[in-house]
Amino acid sequence: MNEFVDLAGRLVSHYNQWITVFLMVSGLYIVIARGNMVKKLVGLSLFQTSVYLLYLSAGKILGGTAPILDPDFTVYSHPLPHVLILTAIVVGVATLALGLALVVRINEAYGTIEEDEIFKQDDDRA
Amino acid sequence: MRNLFAVAVLTGIYSFLMASVMLVLDAPDVALTEASVGAGVGTVLLLGTLYLTKTDEARPIHSVALPLFVAVGTAAILIFGVTGTPPFGAADTPVQLAGPDYINRSLPETGIVNVVSSVLASYRGFDTLGETVVIFTAGIAILMLLKRATPPGAGRKD
Repeated sequence: MNEFVDLAGRLVSHYNQWITVFLMVSGLYIVIARGNMVKKLVGLSLFQTSVYLLYLSAGKILGGTAPILDPDFTVYSHPLPHVLILTAIVVGVATLALGLALVVRINEAYGTIEEDEIFKQDDDRA
Repeated sequence: MRNLFAVAVLTGIYSFLMASVMLVLDAPDVALTEASVGAGVGTVLLLGTLYLTKTDEARPIHSVALPLFVAVGTAAILIFGVTGTPPFGAADTPVQLAGPDYINRSLPETGIVNVVSSVLASYRGFDTLGETVVIFTAGIAILMLLKRATPPGAGRKD
């Protein structure tokens, strides 16, 4: 009984990590399973948001507040993960834009954005 | 879901919900960036790509067994890993060791009330410079890619 309470408490106290793991493997699954390149990039951004969540939830203190100094508050969440994730979001959108530009270019060259059809065209050409 | 327009709209909604989660996690600066850059610019980029390419996905021909196996295997390893991490919201974790240092030194050293701004622009200014370099490089690469993307038969001028 005591062991069960211990396990349940551990499951509940790490719930942010379960959400992170779920989002991360969903993104991974979409990137591998989907042949459509736009969907692959959507899966990649899903994967990225799970990393944002991992960092931000590690910096959060329960009962704390946003790291903007004010005499009324004493407990603040860690500001460093926020800075890192600010950078990561902007870089993530830059890489998404680059990937989408590649998709547009591939569509110009092959007339399709499905991975299987592109491989088939390459095989036919060879 | 085979219609990619619906995928783009749902991705935008997801980004916006993620921004509200970030607000709850005490990160208003990150939430604003996610809402404007992630949900705004990201959705515009997706819609622009769909305008230039196809809007419908073909039916998948491969079995989902292998991707599912890889995803479940990765999930098992990750779950094994995160059980060793500290519980959510604890104040005495190794991550939090440097937190008070930034909070206490920000106002006397930089005079900025928002600690995220002072770390971003002052203590980790080189990170932000690197970020700008990445965006610049991505912008140049996109311009180079899309400049070649003239439709066949339209006649290239170069």
